[in-house]
Amino acid sequence: MNAKHLVFGTLVLASASVFAVATQQESVPQTKPYKDPARNQSGQSQNDGERVFKQNCSRCHTAPEGFSPSISGTIVRHMRVRASLSQHDEEALLHFFNP
Amino acid sequence: MLRSGFGLINCSAAPAIRYLGLALVVLVTANHGSAQNTPLISGGAGFFTSTDSGNTDYLPIAEPLLAASAGKHILFESRATFLESFAPNGGNQTGYSHSHSIGLTYVQGDYIASPHFTLVGGYFLIPFNTYNDRLTPIWIGNFQDVPLILSLGILSSGSGLGGMVRGNAIARNKYTIDYAYFYSARSANEQFSAHRGNGGRSILYLPEQRLELGLSYDRLLQGTHENFYGAHAWWEPKDTAFRLRSEFSRGHHAQGYWVEADYRLQAFGGADSAIGRFEPVFRMQQTFRRDTVVSDGLPSVNTQRADFGLDYNLPHNTRILTSYARQFSVTGDHNVWETGIVYRFLFPAWKGKQQ
Repeated sequence: MNAKHLVFGTLVLASASVFAVATQQESVPQTKPYKDPARNQSGQSQNDGERVFKQNCSRCHTAPEGFSPSISGTIVRHMRVRASLSQHDEEALLHFFNP
Repeated sequence: MLRSGFGLINCSAAPAIRYLGLALVVLVTANHGSAQNTPLISGGAGFFTSTDSGNTDYLPIAEPLLAASAGKHILFESRATFLESFAPNGGNQTGYSHSHSIGLTYVQGDYIASPHFTLVGGYFLIPFNTYNDRLTPIWIGNFQDVPLILSLGILSSGSGLGGMVRGNAIARNKYTIDYAYFYSARSANEQFSAHRGNGGRSILYLPEQRLELGLSYDRLLQGTHENFYGAHAWWEPKDTAFRLRSEFSRGHHAQGYWVEADYRLQAFGGADSAIGRFEPVFRMQQTFRRDTVVSDGLPSVNTQRADFGLDYNLPHNTRILTSYARQFSVTGDHNVWETGIVYRFLFPAWKGKQQ
């Protein structure tokens, strides 16, 4: 790979960045991990939880299509350690999973 | 290098039995008092094929993760890898040769001492840059192959045996800073292979810009003591499905970087539309040798590689990964074709109490 390959690669990345920003949409979650989306938009703490989810969990991976409420506490505990969530974020995320 | 090549060893079924025994101990001691804290089993199972310079491998693989909480402050977690590798016999021979590997990726206990301080003990993933402890699960990675520079800074096995402190140092609305510091002892145990070393990582995250910047450092404290330096930058613009991730690593004998961009085509009918499930991915990487000592797992000569991938996100937590890569070096250029399918699972270890 020489300089022209690097230039080409850089152009591809730059083009992708411009395209992504140009196609910015209103908040459209890729997937809902649980329950009714309408319920997730009610209440400040649920909005907080959704924000925490998007800003932390979604940084590395997409949301699962669904899971049992009985493991939501374990998932949040796991995310708290993995993503270094604050206590407030942990509580908001748990409330988001169990509105 | 396939992701499965890390920290794994060919072995008998005995370690698997020990792992299952350990899992049972963790589950039995876990807290079941809360209706939301049932222990979980998560992870991925997949089937990969890779054709490198005309040689094809087939790789069925499973990576189960077990997590169980105990009380309000404790979490046990562990991940293992089970894989079987098949390759056609060369020459005029028919049939396939195969080998299997079973390995613990990590097994650790976490004690959340305060909102800003978590103590980790056991066999843990080395927190150097981002790939090793955040992107190695097969259901997360966009490519089958790990980056060429992954072996820099992760002390050979990718895991350390000892302790780590980590947490959120500062959490504000406009920025957060988190940290991790670890110390690992030397271990020649078959399942808990580790090198003596220490180091840490600090990450600044700007939530409004969705920008993450981090610095890593660690030092190998056995044999020839060596320093490793790392830096990473991730940018995931708000309300888009675009992600730009990059890492740079520098070791005593080599250095390199990778940059990866992916975009899920959800702008075309939504994320669950037939088109919106496609996810083009591109990764570019370069490695540079600083001297002729090849002891770090990187290619023996300066190497460049471009990966072009097209993933498809099927319903029910299933992904198809396909990619073509062209690798360039003075020892010869070659192609790598890869396809695979991965299923992500997440369910309670048993039926929990009803709320």
